[in-house]
Amino acid sequence: MSNTINQIQDEIVEEFSMFEDWMEKYEYLIDLGKELPLIAEEMKTEDRLIHGCQSRVWVASMMEGPRLLFTADSDAMITKGIISLLIRILSNQTPEDIVKSDLYFIGKIGLQEHLSPTRANGLVGMINRLKNDGLKQLAK
Amino acid sequence: MDTFNAEEIRAHFPILQEVIHGKPLIYFDNGATSQKPTVVIDRISNYYSHENSNVHRGVHFLSDQATQAYELARSTIAAFIHAKHAQEVIFTKGTTEGINAIAFSLGESLQSGDEILISGMEHHANIVPWQMLCERKGTLLKVIPVLDNGTLDLEAFESLLNEKTKLLSIIHVSNTLGTINPVEWMIEKAHAVGAKVLLDAAQSIQHLSIDVQALDCDFMVFSGHKVFGPTGIGILYGKKDILNELPPYQGGGDMIETVTFEKTTYNELPLKFEAGTPNIAGAIGLGEAFSFMNSIDLRGAYQKEKELGAYLRERMREIPSIRFIGDAPETCSTLSFLVGDLHPFDLGTLLDKQGIAVRTGHHCTQPLMQRFNIPGTVRASLAFYNTKNEIDLFIHALTRSIRMLS
Ligand SMILES: Cc1ncc(COP(=O)(O)O)c(C=O)c1O
Repeated sequence: MSNTINQIQDEIVEEFSMFEDWMEKYEYLIDLGKELPLIAEEMKTEDRLIHGCQSRVWVASMMEGPRLLFTADSDAMITKGIISLLIRILSNQTPEDIVKSDLYFIGKIGLQEHLSPTRANGLVGMINRLKNDGLKQLAK
Repeated sequence: MDTFNAEEIRAHFPILQEVIHGKPLIYFDNGATSQKPTVVIDRISNYYSHENSNVHRGVHFLSDQATQAYELARSTIAAFIHAKHAQEVIFTKGTTEGINAIAFSLGESLQSGDEILISGMEHHANIVPWQMLCERKGTLLKVIPVLDNGTLDLEAFESLLNEKTKLLSIIHVSNTLGTINPVEWMIEKAHAVGAKVLLDAAQSIQHLSIDVQALDCDFMVFSGHKVFGPTGIGILYGKKDILNELPPYQGGGDMIETVTFEKTTYNELPLKFEAGTPNIAGAIGLGEAFSFMNSIDLRGAYQKEKELGAYLRERMREIPSIRFIGDAPETCSTLSFLVGDLHPFDLGTLLDKQGIAVRTGHHCTQPLMQRFNIPGTVRASLAFYNTKNEIDLFIHALTRSIRMLS
């Protein structure tokens, strides 16, 4: 049984609580980006590109049994770190849980500034994409 | 006169005392918008607190006062840019509106096959209105290429000019590269083939002394918010004879002389181009920004900026794998760069976390990014209230960011 979405979010919140300042948080975020399950090069197609980001982000998803798995990549390291957090939480969950999820960790670890609609890395766009992929599975 | 004092100047800009993410703000995003001196902020506040009224309309005391303040702002700005007449100065909402106004009004008289000449380093605001005009009128858009060092290909410019060229619409100082274009010479060349010239001074009005009569440009546009004034206000300068010939850009109140359902006659300059209630507080605030510049040692300020720009470039050259995007011999204190294959977004985010505001991305110059085959840059753009010490801190923060990303 894999951890639930909220268990993983709490884990992340705890990890980030160890950092004293912003630069440490971002250092960690950059490291996390290196663990991102990478999307295959041939999957980096226009329809998998998330628009509205200053950096480019691609996301792919596939069902494995009842669960949806995500892979992704970005040309910016911080964006990679952010998407890797989202994937750590939402990958390997059921589409229903993904769609229903409340991603409270963002505010708790201080990434809410990235939620602003004009923010260049488009965290909102990434979340919408992951949830949408979940929705598409539910609609099937 | 060598009276420019950096500390005194900084004291005029309250926002420079802000603390961002626990660090003193270092504001290197002046190309996007400049900060405002207290006198401008107070002027706007005083206007709304004690003077607010509509202009050109009432017989009552406040309306008369507001009209006088609004017109005084116009005269102050006209004098600053050395316009021959105050009516040559039209209030707009910014550079973008000024260019759109000319694209419409001048555009009305253009024919299919007429040519508009711009350059490869234009802001989208000086590209898209012309493309829209071309769609409407069948005019052709021609583009002066940009060389590797971020200057214009002036030979190509000369060969692009011909008797079909009706307008040269050209950026004075590049918002992305900092390049200062030789516009005085270009204006002369354009006039020689009978073309009119629109100067986009959005990035020069705050850095260079500008004399529209000496330059002999037919139109000039800029935004108030980039020259220590408020947002939502800007200037379109045009030679009186030419503006008189052009049809108005928008219709409405204030721009008319008489209206009947059969025929409307238009007001005289400048009101012919100021339909509707204008941004009165903005205009008055902008006038105050120019009064502020008149009150300081502006020549000393320009000199200081030049030194800061040179110092920034010198320090930046120490950084391994640095790449300047454009490195023209004549630049303002704006620098676009990349470091190795690091993404501008990563650098900009980490600089922000260290209290430093820079801009990252394409800077509304996508064709220029395509020219250099890059997705974007990091841009540091300085103003006279910045300091060498801030540049040192910036270099330190940048070095730290690069280390984290490598
Ligand atoms: C050279 C140049 N032209 C035009 C503009 C557009 O100015 P605004 O958005 O204030 O109308 C800008 C500002 O970004 C600029 O730098």
